[in-house]
Amino acid sequence: MKIIDAPVKQHIELDHNIFLIKLFAPEITSIIKPGQFLNVRVSESVYPLLRRPFSVCDIEGDNLYLMFNIMGQGTKILANKPIDSTIDILGPLGNGFNLNGDYDTAVIVAGGLGAAPFPFFTRSVEDKKEVQTYIGGKTYHDVIKYGMNNINVATDDGSEGFNGNIVQLLFKNLHNLKSKKVKIFACGPTPMLRALKTFCIENEFECEASTECAMACGFGICQGCPIESTQNPEKYLLVCKDGPVFNVKDVVI
Amino acid sequence: MSVPDLSIQIGTLKLRNPIMLASGTVGYGNEISEFTDLNKLGAIVTKSLSLKPRKGNPPQRITETPAGMLNAIGLTNIGVEAFLKEKIPFLKKFDVPLICNIAASTMEEYVECTKILTHEEEIDAFEINVSCPNVSEGGLIFGNDASAVGRITEKVRAHTSKPVIIKLSPNVSYISSFAKSAKENGADAVSAINTLVGTSFNIFTRKPKIQNITGGLSGPAIKPVALAKVLEISRKVDIPIIGIGGIMDWKDVIEFMIVGSSAVQIGTLNFIDPSAPGKIMAQLEDYCSKAGISKISSLTASYDLK
Repeated sequence: MKIIDAPVKQHIELDHNIFLIKLFAPEITSIIKPGQFLNVRVSESVYPLLRRPFSVCDIEGDNLYLMFNIMGQGTKILANKPIDSTIDILGPLGNGFNLNGDYDTAVIVAGGLGAAPFPFFTRSVEDKKEVQTYIGGKTYHDVIKYGMNNINVATDDGSEGFNGNIVQLLFKNLHNLKSKKVKIFACGPTPMLRALKTFCIENEFECEASTECAMACGFGICQGCPIESTQNPEKYLLVCKDGPVFNVKDVVI
Repeated sequence: MSVPDLSIQIGTLKLRNPIMLASGTVGYGNEISEFTDLNKLGAIVTKSLSLKPRKGNPPQRITETPAGMLNAIGLTNIGVEAFLKEKIPFLKKFDVPLICNIAASTMEEYVECTKILTHEEEIDAFEINVSCPNVSEGGLIFGNDASAVGRITEKVRAHTSKPVIIKLSPNVSYISSFAKSAKENGADAVSAINTLVGTSFNIFTRKPKIQNITGGLSGPAIKPVALAKVLEISRKVDIPIIGIGGIMDWKDVIEFMIVGSSAVQIGTLNFIDPSAPGKIMAQLEDYCSKAGISKISSLTASYDLK
């Protein structure tokens, strides 16, 4: 966990309001794991005041990429940072995905901007395991394929790929999934993760999901991001420190 | 020019400098120690402790507002017993005054917590939270009643010889009457202010952004309110004040001291830049050297209202 002023090296605009920012941060790229995140101070001013959490989308040598869409003041500032100006980043934070385990096929399930951590994930796992990727969105605009391979798409309106949600598509492909030793890695909106958890428990798939919650510090001191634990109902876990990646069996989604 | 004297005396509590880390913004010290050398601080104040562990409020607990944030954590804490067993051994490694913040639901619970904690020699003082806006019982209910604040002060005072600091709520008409009540019942100091009650709604869903509906507002947005409250106490009551509310840099520290603070607490800033307290201490020393201030304590209540 370090605080670094990382120089901006490049902005890339993907389709449909999705942006990548490339930062030079060897102190981070040398230690970060897929699924871990950074808490980014987009401005020195008091508006926005708090840092913004971003999962690391990809790494390339000493550089890392963050993926975002322009939602508010923070992401607007980020998209307009001059090249070679610096951004204050805090990280790596949290626990990433556990790539180890007894499986031969990594199944990625990403909903909307939940695609963000998976280019780095894919790069880290694809030479060891087969990777299948399931990407869902409300419509084709929301389907982000950047940095991923072997893709199955589901859209709620049927504008691309399977007409329905991503868990329904997994269910349709159940026979194929059951024919392999599968471990599922997911990130996306809470309703998607909730449905996916039920699907995984019913079909006995191991599943890790990256969860989301509003947070301030990103490393445990503000206690702002609780998530209900299935093991101990007396005490919340923290998304920032105990997660953001959890085995879906361990948390109430 | 010789090195300025940054030390501060509050009752029997001696601080290396006026910078404390506020309760609820540093946990029990372990995470922030990676960014700020705790040994250099004036003091650290623990997350509020209650007799039994508290789970706290369900999410969403925080949201950002202009130049501030709202929180409704709900006094999540591990309880007095686990604190002594699990957190004190880590804190013992540091040579920094440790102030234990106590938050309770009943008068008896304040007393019980004090009786247990006062035996721990690592603890140097107590800060009594009578002003948490985010729990249904205790907290602000006491903080809104000057005679209840007096009674809590008196009871806690009777059970410890260590300095007692009462943390006051700004959600009252006259904060000085609460400070007076604390002083008359034996408090060594007051800390002001706790957060201001606020809320924020999503205009599309028409739902509150935090689950508790209201939360405590902190950050630079509250600094002018905090300064006014500190000044009010300073002008009306002769008691040391620990100023709190939206401190973002060394200039804010100086401003809080001028309006009457003997020391200050840094809170929300720890979430944004956990290395900031260390930087602020260095900048304070530098400022005092350059401005020819030989004793920083001379700034306290040095306001000129003419």
